[in-house]
Amino acid sequence: MKKHEKLYKIWLLFLTFFKIGAFTFGGGYAMIPLIQKEVADKRKWITEKDILDIIAIAESTPGPIAVNSATFVGFKVAGFWGAFVSTLGVVLPSFVIITVIAYLLKNFSDYKGVKYAFFGIRAGVLALIVKGLVSMYKQVPKNPVSYIVMGVAFALVAFFDVSVLLVLIGCAVFGLVTSIIISRRAKNDLS
Amino acid sequence: MIYLKLFLTFFKIGLFTFGGGYAMLPLIQAEVLKNEWMTNTEIMNFVAISESTPGPFAINMATFVGTETGGIFGAFCSTLGVVMPSFIVILLVATFYEKFKKNKAVAGCMTGLRPAAIGLIASAALSLAITAFFADGVSVAVFKSVEFYISAVVCIVMTVLALKKVHPIKIITVSAVVGIICGYALNLPV
Repeated sequence: MKKHEKLYKIWLLFLTFFKIGAFTFGGGYAMIPLIQKEVADKRKWITEKDILDIIAIAESTPGPIAVNSATFVGFKVAGFWGAFVSTLGVVLPSFVIITVIAYLLKNFSDYKGVKYAFFGIRAGVLALIVKGLVSMYKQVPKNPVSYIVMGVAFALVAFFDVSVLLVLIGCAVFGLVTSIIISRRAKNDLS
Repeated sequence: MIYLKLFLTFFKIGLFTFGGGYAMLPLIQAEVLKNEWMTNTEIMNFVAISESTPGPFAINMATFVGTETGGIFGAFCSTLGVVMPSFIVILLVATFYEKFKKNKAVAGCMTGLRPAAIGLIASAALSLAITAFFADGVSVAVFKSVEFYISAVVCIVMTVLALKKVHPIKIITVSAVVGIICGYALNLPV
């Protein structure tokens, strides 16, 4: 009976995350309200406080936020297999849809109309990226360290062709070192 | 061995991307251009498709690049690659959650990684913009071409609309319609 219950829970997890994957556009943060509704409000598998934890964890671990939150919720609800089916569920809709679109594009991309459409779309996409940049900028703490890292990271990749990976590693180390220095200073000021 | 290469490349991308939205764009662009799997133009086309279909950007992108270079099995390898690091790390974190939450080293690294993501995305956006506006290289001739002005106007108007929180799908649809109308009306070369 108990095993039966767990299997049912795992099946529900899969269905829930499949639905979340199939109905969120843009991914990432767009997914959080849906997770909240489906997993916290409806199924009561996790609490509202867990949602905040999930966002914090997803932001400070590598990988797409959608995958991070699916794995985390799945694990909390039903252990390893819960994590496995939730991740599978959230990935599957994208995988199927994009595979189909990739094949369609191959067959239709030579049409003049399609080429014109993408000519317009490319300009529109730049606008979306700018918007994404603005909203990320709003969330980042405004202090000298942030501004220096932003500027240096931009310049190194844009003008000096330094590898993105190297810049990321460098910035992580820089952030770590400066935060240690700042917290040491705060301690010294107190004593 | 294209399948192994797809898996490893996307594993690396998954491992080194922090945060949501376009945080993955700079790494994907760097890797995909380096391996000559896609051009900047194709990347922009694909960002649009990814925004107008459901699902996380990273998964969409991995599946698409995989399909283009190695068919269905290629898509499977790249998607598995991009998902795997998150999956493993989160399983570890979920097990040692209380320790992880209080870890100052993680928080310290994040103070560098968050602003870095912004600088890197800005740099990716700049190189995409150069491709969009100066398809045949930066020269005076560009400023006489009608394509340049159409792109510039669409980009500016759409940026204003996007900042006013108009939905991405509407922005992409309107941009596509403008592209089609201008293309046929002015009989632009393709």
